[in-house]
Amino acid sequence: MAGHAPTEKFDNKTIQWINDRLPIFSMMQNEYGKFPAPKNFNYFWNFGAIAMAMLGIMIATGIFLAMNYTPHTTMAFESIERMTRDVNYGWLMRYVHMNGASFFFIAVYVHIFRGLYYGSYKKPREMVWIFGVVIMLLMMATAFMGYALPWSQMSGWGVTVITSLFSAIPLVGDGLVTWLWGGFSVDNPTLNRFYALHFLLPFVICAVVFVHVWALHVTGSNNPTGVEPKSEKDTVPFHPYYTAKDSYGTVVFLTFFFAMVFFAPLALTEPDHFRQFDPMQTPPHIVPEWYFLPFYAILRSIPSKLLGVCAMFGSILTLFVLPWLDTSRVRSAYFRPIYKWIFWILVVDCFALGVVGAHRPEGIYVVIGRIATFYYFLHFWILLPIIGKFERPLPLPTSITAAVLQKRGGAAAHAAAATAEKH
Amino acid sequence: MAATLILYKSEYYLFLNSVDYFITPMLFTIVTFNCPKIKEEQHMDSAVKKGATRRDFLYLTAGAMGAVGVGSAAWPLIDSMNPAADTLAMASTDVDISKVPVGQAIIAVWRGAPVFIRHRTPDEIASVRKDNEWETLRDPQKDEDRVTKAEWIILKGVCTHLGCIPLGTKPGQPRGDFNGWFCPCHGSHYDVSGRVRKGPAPKNLHVPEYKFVTDTLVRIG
Repeated sequence: MAGHAPTEKFDNKTIQWINDRLPIFSMMQNEYGKFPAPKNFNYFWNFGAIAMAMLGIMIATGIFLAMNYTPHTTMAFESIERMTRDVNYGWLMRYVHMNGASFFFIAVYVHIFRGLYYGSYKKPREMVWIFGVVIMLLMMATAFMGYALPWSQMSGWGVTVITSLFSAIPLVGDGLVTWLWGGFSVDNPTLNRFYALHFLLPFVICAVVFVHVWALHVTGSNNPTGVEPKSEKDTVPFHPYYTAKDSYGTVVFLTFFFAMVFFAPLALTEPDHFRQFDPMQTPPHIVPEWYFLPFYAILRSIPSKLLGVCAMFGSILTLFVLPWLDTSRVRSAYFRPIYKWIFWILVVDCFALGVVGAHRPEGIYVVIGRIATFYYFLHFWILLPIIGKFERPLPLPTSITAAVLQKRGGAAAHAAAATAEKH
Repeated sequence: MAATLILYKSEYYLFLNSVDYFITPMLFTIVTFNCPKIKEEQHMDSAVKKGATRRDFLYLTAGAMGAVGVGSAAWPLIDSMNPAADTLAMASTDVDISKVPVGQAIIAVWRGAPVFIRHRTPDEIASVRKDNEWETLRDPQKDEDRVTKAEWIILKGVCTHLGCIPLGTKPGQPRGDFNGWFCPCHGSHYDVSGRVRKGPAPKNLHVPEYKFVTDTLVRIG
């Protein structure tokens, strides 16, 4: 047999036969069975698995919703109302899908801030991070297009405002918007293409998630200390340790999710989402879904239309170059006394932007929005490069095992760990 | 008009295809087999070749041909997202304006978007024609250049910021600080000539193409 044939042996003959020809069982065993993961993950390391579970839930419910949906301006709104009232469990699928988008973003945002706090974007995990940002962009596009499908007032006007952003581009802007719309206003061609793309993009996300995880499995996972595993003692096999822990975290997360689905399914939804789109009448107050609010706030904080659009897209594109903006070689904020502070200021800053995005740009909200927008870019483009140069990090533990024991039992355990390591 | 456009488009596509399948390979063949330097290189030991080689040339021309091919194959797909012929055909609409009293306005629908038609009072006209005030505006335009008849201002009712419909056409709606229109989404104020005076909008409200068929009938588009 060829040199790269799998060597794993399985008791089941059918599995063995398949694996000799297509080593998917070897792959599963290597990547999700034996895969050595640092033994000190905390609960923030659950959110990758949780995000994946949410992606699965969104695709599963989405396909069945699609079986009851009609992508035409005259029938879209009604088909969704019918789906909610008349189709068996239609209400459940719809509310799971609607709130699922929110909880998918909660999981992904926690996952991203986890990466920021523990320096998971740093060498050698830059590709993991970059594909993660690609996934976030795809999620945003997918969520935005999905929001259009009920063809409500919020759908139609949300689409109008966001697609009109592209008209800010000099020269080609207006032509580009007409192309996006397939006409001279947001109308049936727009709805059709949004539906097609909303169906397609989740599968593209799956593909990019595969690449994201592939890159992760080349470098191995980061961990709360940011210190690479030095020996086998620092790791445990992914199964059963983290399959169990991820399952537990996912179930806890889903408990909150389903509490929302069953007891407050419409808490995050604007009333105007239940009125059919009227292209002649803009609702008095348009706000995007909560997960877009910080970016919407950045857009509105800049008085120039073109610069506002640039700042909004720039706030996301900045994340692509983050691995090169942070000059510190220490990963975990646990050992970075100054970065730890500016990380939490950034978290507060993002929440402040979210609040600003939810309010009309008047009075104090304009001031807060501008300061918060300024700080967002200051953090990534000025503070991160400078702090990495002069910050004096705390001494790093010699290994994950040493760090774990030190934390648990103080000096005595540390001594014990030192002895243990000698053996 | 639409038929001409379709004809034009398909000719364009045929042209691209002919470039791809005929002209490019022909050029490629002619150049490859007539370039003396390249012929010479055929006899050289590949290990000692320096600089541009025959193989580099093949890569470049094959790559260029591939790019043209991908481009011409992608274009029909991309162009299919542009407005279709029937969408373009809805290009004009006739509006009867005989029943609009002085000082009031109506909303017509043109290409799926609203058009404001306001019958302006003499005071309103005077308020937007103050000497050289227009030169100081964000998007400087004279009111005279935005109307064909002073008492009728006709505007595309789409805010130039992010596409919302400004308020101020119907009685009782807020008309902004300049007595024209006010966009509720992000707070742009327009005057009675539809020129932006305040807020984030970069441009004045667009004036669509229109003409008065009779004194009381206007054709938009």
